[in-house]
Amino acid sequence: MSAPLKSYEFRREREASWRELETLIAKAEKSGLKSLQAEQLLRLPSLYRAALSSLSVARSISLDQNVVSYLDSLCARAYFQVYGSRANFFEAVGGFFSHSFPAAVRAAFWPIVIAGFWMVLGSAVGFFLVQASGEWFYSFVPSDLAGGRTPASSTESLQGALYDGADTAERLYTFATYLFTHNSRVALMAFALGFALGVPTILLMFYNGLILGAFLALYDDRGLVWELAAWLSVHGTTELLAIILCGGGGLVLARAIVFPDQHSRLDSLARRGRAAGTLAVGAVVMLLVAGLLEGFARQLVTDITTRYVIGGTFLVFWITYFTLAGRGRHEGGYHGDD
Amino acid sequence: MATTSTAPPANSGAAPDPKKKAPNTTASRSERRIVTPEGVALTFQLAERGERAAAVLIDLVIMAVAITLLVLAIVFIFSEIGITEIAVAVILLTFFLIRTFYFIYFELRWQGATPGKRALGLRVIDRKGGYLRPDSVFARNIMREVELFLPALLLLAGPEGGSAGWVHLLTLGWLGVFVLLPFFNKDRLRAGDIVAGTWVVSAPKTVLLTDVAAKAETPAGSHQAVDPEFAFSRSQLEIYGIYELQTLEEVLRQKGPQTEDTLQEVTKRIQRKIGWTGVEDPSPRRFLEAFYAALRAHLESRMLFGERRESQHDRKAPPAGGGEG
Repeated sequence: MSAPLKSYEFRREREASWRELETLIAKAEKSGLKSLQAEQLLRLPSLYRAALSSLSVARSISLDQNVVSYLDSLCARAYFQVYGSRANFFEAVGGFFSHSFPAAVRAAFWPIVIAGFWMVLGSAVGFFLVQASGEWFYSFVPSDLAGGRTPASSTESLQGALYDGADTAERLYTFATYLFTHNSRVALMAFALGFALGVPTILLMFYNGLILGAFLALYDDRGLVWELAAWLSVHGTTELLAIILCGGGGLVLARAIVFPDQHSRLDSLARRGRAAGTLAVGAVVMLLVAGLLEGFARQLVTDITTRYVIGGTFLVFWITYFTLAGRGRHEGGYHGDD
Repeated sequence: MATTSTAPPANSGAAPDPKKKAPNTTASRSERRIVTPEGVALTFQLAERGERAAAVLIDLVIMAVAITLLVLAIVFIFSEIGITEIAVAVILLTFFLIRTFYFIYFELRWQGATPGKRALGLRVIDRKGGYLRPDSVFARNIMREVELFLPALLLLAGPEGGSAGWVHLLTLGWLGVFVLLPFFNKDRLRAGDIVAGTWVVSAPKTVLLTDVAAKAETPAGSHQAVDPEFAFSRSQLEIYGIYELQTLEEVLRQKGPQTEDTLQEVTKRIQRKIGWTGVEDPSPRRFLEAFYAALRAHLESRMLFGERRESQHDRKAPPAGGGEG
């Protein structure tokens, strides 16, 4: 009365190729795809496809739970190897700088402008408030960030802080690295907090502007504002741009939540979030560059004009890089469906 | 047919209750399917929240150990060559680089796994089924800044000098929203997963076991799934569905001290239900294997005609007497 067990036959005929795939996958999982020999690598995709087709047949004809779940897990493991993240770490980094990063910046132009606007507004407010009353300085600038530069300092010491040479190197290196880690944390938070509808991002931008404005007002009071600007411009053009980029990334996230495109909020977040993440990582690298400039170039170069030249060169470099780099190489990648 | 409810449900332990209705609901709730570019759906199990927390803990411990070792090495090297000025700077930089790039590096390198995830058999995959892109990895790990490092820092630091205690509490509560996010959505996404379009799944290895029905082939060459000693009529095979069949498979695969008792119990229950009139007191294992093979052959042949009978309560497929296919 009973029919022959087709599923058993089915399994017997294909088991060898499943086992072969399993051995290859186990090897690749253990020591990487590179450990496979050339002919094994060539076998992998065809074995993978065979296993996939076995899986879909097994689902429709076999009631042997073990076989189906075995094939399911085998195919999943093979899938990771065949479709796993394609690039290795260094390739990913290369592709990142040659086109993903500048493309992400171009795609997020308006959010970046808005983030920049809030920072500029913050500096204006900070500047005028501190100009009106020096007391504001203490509310805006945390003492560890001020590094001893306050309205109470003498003009000489304020000026000295701009031209510190190698004698105070230790303190300065540490301070520079501290500033770098501090700034990158601010930048990364500005990005990540975009998830909270962007309000904290804007606040962070504004607050950072306040600090900047407070310093400008402090030095303006002593007639040192151009020297401060020169001092700042060495690393500041890179650093502030990086923070603004992160803020822009945060606003991209916020926009995806508040105004999702034709997709669902989750989809729209996933699509835009990746581009925004690219922005943030790129900004961290920029901050690293800024940190190096701050730690070395700024201490070595004390001439105002040279400082402006260095800062200006970097600004021009970044702008050129963002406008021109990697154009035309599947620009739509981040916003296209895939 | 569905009116036999003699045994009290769920006597714990291994004994399967063939009367339980829907197939394992907890498993299917955490199951996610991805359609591969070849057009076949693969099933993945979402990782448990506890597993993920454990994986992160392992990673954090590794990071802490790495940072400690590096700091010691840096201090040693710099004091040897006598340049202490930049030692602190290098330490701060190391700290920052490890914190920011540890997860990114490994997830790119090991196709979505970090040492912690690997230890627990977890993986990051793309929700759409494409390959895991570098920018997804960047995005999901930068979100850790607010989800993991910032709350940890705040917890460790306590209220800052300037801000009042309630501000601190408020901040913590607000950050708690991020930290607890995986508990509030059915896909167990944390903020980073949402932003990157990823899932964290557990990818356990299933071992291919021998077919339970393999022995049923005894009459050499005939390829009939019939043990001559046990012949089941069609109406006897019509009683159960796929769910019961697979429960039986699990029972037959069990190994343990109580297996024999379970088999005995299950045999009795099945015999009562199908009205077994054949051999009295057969060896439970042989009887069940024969019944399994016969039932599977029957259900599989029904499946070929497009009738999937999910369980004994499934009336989609007409019972015996219906169309002969």
